[in-house]
Amino acid sequence: MEKMFMVKDGWLTITMPEEMDHHKAEEIREGADDYLLSGKVLHVIFDFSNTKFMDSSGIGVIAGRYKKVSCYGGKVVAAHANSRIRKIIMLSGLTDLIEIVD
Amino acid sequence: MVKQKEAWSNGWQMNQEEAANRMELRIMPLSENESFARVAVAAFMTQLDPTLEEVEDVKTAVSEAVTNSIIHGYENKGGDKPVIIEAYLTHRRIHIKIEDRGVGIDDIGRAMEPLFTTKPELERSGMGFAFMEAFMDELHVESKQGRGTVVYMSKQIGGQ
Repeated sequence: MEKMFMVKDGWLTITMPEEMDHHKAEEIREGADDYLLSGKVLHVIFDFSNTKFMDSSGIGVIAGRYKKVSCYGGKVVAAHANSRIRKIIMLSGLTDLIEIVD
Repeated sequence: MVKQKEAWSNGWQMNQEEAANRMELRIMPLSENESFARVAVAAFMTQLDPTLEEVEDVKTAVSEAVTNSIIHGYENKGGDKPVIIEAYLTHRRIHIKIEDRGVGIDDIGRAMEPLFTTKPELERSGMGFAFMEAFMDELHVESKQGRGTVVYMSKQIGGQ
């Protein structure tokens, strides 16, 4: 299985699950915050390459990490999101806070 | 969205009599069952020959309602009381009812405001009802404190 978390040069990359719902949210939240607390990470990339479904629980996970890193000047990026995931992110209003890249 | 309470329950009953097909699913309020519930409804609605986007819209709305029942209705504690998912199909429309016997909603108007959440510590985004509203044509919520919550939703499928 692919590793869920990867750190490089101050960036934490989180490989998002195929189904990003409430059931998966806690594991990602706790895992990510361990890295954020380690002090080796400033920015977060959510990699949606494998993700086919996301509901508002995913929005909660992204917004929560944004709150944590933004007060230290960190950035949050959503990468490789399909059109559905982009739509969910746009509807939530998070597009004003995070960067969306291919 | 604002209709008489009786009108909604009656409408649900009446339309159901004309339904071409119907389903009912009872699940324990466990987060593991969220994907099962939304995939079951998605599979059921394929009879209406929906577009991929329509299927995704319904899956998201069902996921939001079922997650609400598990987290808020049953306060994430599991237990023996069920989340009941019912759906029926009429001509080009899916009707969905999601019910729990949990704590109920104190102030429905407030709960439905985007970004409002009673559980910020769980990082709930407060977007659940907003997504249900965005992805379905109709949404109606009934709740009684200490008795539980019922969410009615419907969406036209195809022919748009």
